[in-house]
Amino acid sequence: MISLFFRDLKLSVRAGGGAMIGVLFFMTVVAVVPFGVGPDLNLLSRIGPAMLWIGALLASLLGLDRLFQAEREDGSLDLLLMQETPVILTIFVKCAAHWAATGLPLVIASPLLGLFMNMNELAIGATMLTLLAGTPAITFIGAVGAAVAVALPRGGLLVSILVLPLAIPVLIFGVSAVYAAIEDPAPFLPPFMILMAITLFFAVIGPVAAAAALRHSAD
Amino acid sequence: MRLLAEGLSARRGEDLIFNDISFALGAGEALVVTGPNGSGKSTLLRVLAGLLRAESGRFRIEGGPAEIAHPYELSHYLGHRNAMKRELTVRENLSFWQRFMGDSPGGSGIDVNEAAEAVGLAGITHLPFGYLSAGQQRRMAMAKLLVAYRPIWLLDEPTAALDAGADRLFAGLVTAHLEHGGIVIAATHQPLGLGSTQSLQMKGFTH
Repeated sequence: MISLFFRDLKLSVRAGGGAMIGVLFFMTVVAVVPFGVGPDLNLLSRIGPAMLWIGALLASLLGLDRLFQAEREDGSLDLLLMQETPVILTIFVKCAAHWAATGLPLVIASPLLGLFMNMNELAIGATMLTLLAGTPAITFIGAVGAAVAVALPRGGLLVSILVLPLAIPVLIFGVSAVYAAIEDPAPFLPPFMILMAITLFFAVIGPVAAAAALRHSAD
Repeated sequence: MRLLAEGLSARRGEDLIFNDISFALGAGEALVVTGPNGSGKSTLLRVLAGLLRAESGRFRIEGGPAEIAHPYELSHYLGHRNAMKRELTVRENLSFWQRFMGDSPGGSGIDVNEAAEAVGLAGITHLPFGYLSAGQQRRMAMAKLLVAYRPIWLLDEPTAALDAGADRLFAGLVTAHLEHGGIVIAATHQPLGLGSTQSLQMKGFTH
């Protein structure tokens, strides 16, 4: 299982792996916001956390369709499904590797982009923490979409559309936790706990559903 | 250990592509599945590998290790595609499968270098898999059968894209596997050059 994790990590940083694509997309989205909104620093710092979260959400949806499709195209998926190890565990490890290669760089890049948005240290810290807690959920939800669309030749957009409604709660609670941290009266912990609960919930449900979808998509 | 297939049938769309396939294979025996294109050879192998659901019938193992629930957990499946990553080197590919699959009870896989040598391609394991020619890629996919031990080999057109020398080499690998008590089920157009084997002739759609 550890070997699968490192193989996927290695694949995503090699040519055509697409680990950097997500970060670049994230940077592009967030970097153009100040140009569109104009140089109003107060406004930027107010919408900053939301913009970072939206950018991160879209960026993490970007590479999801390849999660199982690449395996299917070269026949590896058959062998992954045939092993004695439960398929659910295999999918969980693949999701973890995918998150480490595409989600974690987004979390790491977020403080830099927070500076673009004129956010203070507290807002940057809160955004980074909520992204760290919330982006794994997007990967686990996306695994279900990727498994459903695995046999479709151009399933990329379909995966995003399938996944987006389920990812909305992650966005809502992620952003509201950040605002709770920077605006005084609202407490930070309740939305943050719900965000973590969503992540844990989908860490269980996602691999189970994806395994079922993969088993039935075999042609 | 015996493999038993009883009344297997599978559906492709509306119709049954094959119906009531039964066979029994003991240790050291091979089954060669022949038939024209589209007669269901690959479908049969995918059913045996647990990748497709059989419409009816059972495929089971008798006298195997106790903890094994399905025959596919004891099987290697070599399909049309090689299940190797173009971006990784041959060594990375092979050692990944070696560690990920592990050995079935009753045997152990051989070292990656020895496996590459066994398929006649020692010395190029440092190259990315995508750099290899189609025939070399196929040979390396065969080396995958050797690095992790599985008593049952399910081979779908194993010698496609291979030259005559590789054909013989592959027949040697299969014979060695059978001599060690393995079981081989192969779908093929060409004779594999094996000794005593059972054969199964697929006919195609039954309406």
